[in-house]
Amino acid sequence: MLKTKEMIRVEQLNKYFGDLHVLKDIDFNVNESEVVVLIGASGSGKSTMLRCLNFLEMKNSGEVIIRGEDVDPKKDNLNEVRQKVGMVFQHFNLFPHKTVLENVIEAPIQVKSIPKAKAVEEGKELLLKVGLEDKANDYPSRLSGGQKQRVAIARALAMKPEIMLFDEPTSALDPELVGEVLQTMKDLAREGMTMVVVTHEMGFAREVADRVVYMHDGRIVEAGQPNEIFDNPKEKRTQAFLSSIL
Amino acid sequence: MEYSGFFGALVESRGIFIEAAFMTLKLTAVSIFLAVFIGLLFALLKISAIRPLVWVANIYIYIVRGTPLIVQIFVFYYGLTEIWMMSGFWAVSLGLAFHNGAYIAEIFRGSIQSIGKGQTEAGRSLGMSRSLTMRRIILPQAFRRALPPLGNQFIIGLKDSSLAAFVGVAEIFAVATTQGANTFDYMTWLLVSAVYYLILVFLLTILVSLIEKKLAVSD
Repeated sequence: MLKTKEMIRVEQLNKYFGDLHVLKDIDFNVNESEVVVLIGASGSGKSTMLRCLNFLEMKNSGEVIIRGEDVDPKKDNLNEVRQKVGMVFQHFNLFPHKTVLENVIEAPIQVKSIPKAKAVEEGKELLLKVGLEDKANDYPSRLSGGQKQRVAIARALAMKPEIMLFDEPTSALDPELVGEVLQTMKDLAREGMTMVVVTHEMGFAREVADRVVYMHDGRIVEAGQPNEIFDNPKEKRTQAFLSSIL
Repeated sequence: MEYSGFFGALVESRGIFIEAAFMTLKLTAVSIFLAVFIGLLFALLKISAIRPLVWVANIYIYIVRGTPLIVQIFVFYYGLTEIWMMSGFWAVSLGLAFHNGAYIAEIFRGSIQSIGKGQTEAGRSLGMSRSLTMRRIILPQAFRRALPPLGNQFIIGLKDSSLAAFVGVAEIFAVATTQGANTFDYMTWLLVSAVYYLILVFLLTILVSLIEKKLAVSD
């Protein structure tokens, strides 16, 4: 049997915001091509945990190991690590002064020094993939929320990351626009992308996740396959959370 | 100069006043150009989070805001020229640049800080360095947001260039007071100078709004 490659490993991660202890002794791992969905009430630490994985938040103690490499934010070049770990934000964070295509090709050209013609070609392919090839020359202000988020996904993919992080990617969308973004994410999962997704979309979690992780008060309370977590949660906390939202 | 009435004065004196207006424009252009760079530099120092650099920026801004412009210009003209010979034009240009730089620094700082944290995070999450994110993502947006107050500061700079008259630069106000002294008709010549300032400010306003429109394509 082939040994699965471990893409992310987190050991004994602790994180404080001032006196507030937001992540408590987190142990967590993600294998290659695995889709892990983090669920939990707001304030449970799931977004902070996600942000620790690409060092937008710095751990206070513990290890964050990305693709077998124990990353030390003081010594290692985080810009190189982040190229391998794409991120999609709740509020899209598209660059408003750049067109859709310019958003997508900015980092490949500026960071990876890819020739513009090649970046444009690849960028257009990505836009085709997320179904927005006809919007290439529009500015983000002209797009709907769902379109913006799909551009944000294309922008992250343009760096050819090996891991994709999604921080509540559909929470800021009108309900009728959620589907198109989830569909794009499903396509990505089917292609074998390693994904960590913070979401409140339980349908997506059940359908796409290989593993669901429930967090509460800075700790991982329970983790398992979607049907285990949703149909047969072992912990009282998990049961209470699920019954409050389903 | 022979003239009768305000309009007569306006027409008869056009030669010397147009020349003076070019001097005013030159003073304004040079000092504003330098001030924008000084302002950007000190704005970046102020948001750098490196304590000594923040202090340097704060002290600079404190000194400029806390002393009259005419004192600053005289310090540049009488003080600086003792160390390094320069014309009245350059003393005033540098003095005005030093002065406007502080106000522009605060304008830039405010506009940079008004760009949401999400923009920086988006840039950094793509592997862009701090400085690349600042240069490619934050500053272009911040500059656009800074334009209206920046235009305001440019107008103030243009009008403040009239203080160059006190160190012997032949700009609009200097020519007007000379004419006034020669003809004992100060009121007429001051009004003539006002017309030239109004025209220049009008042109500057149009220029700034053209730039604003050009940068507004993404809205």
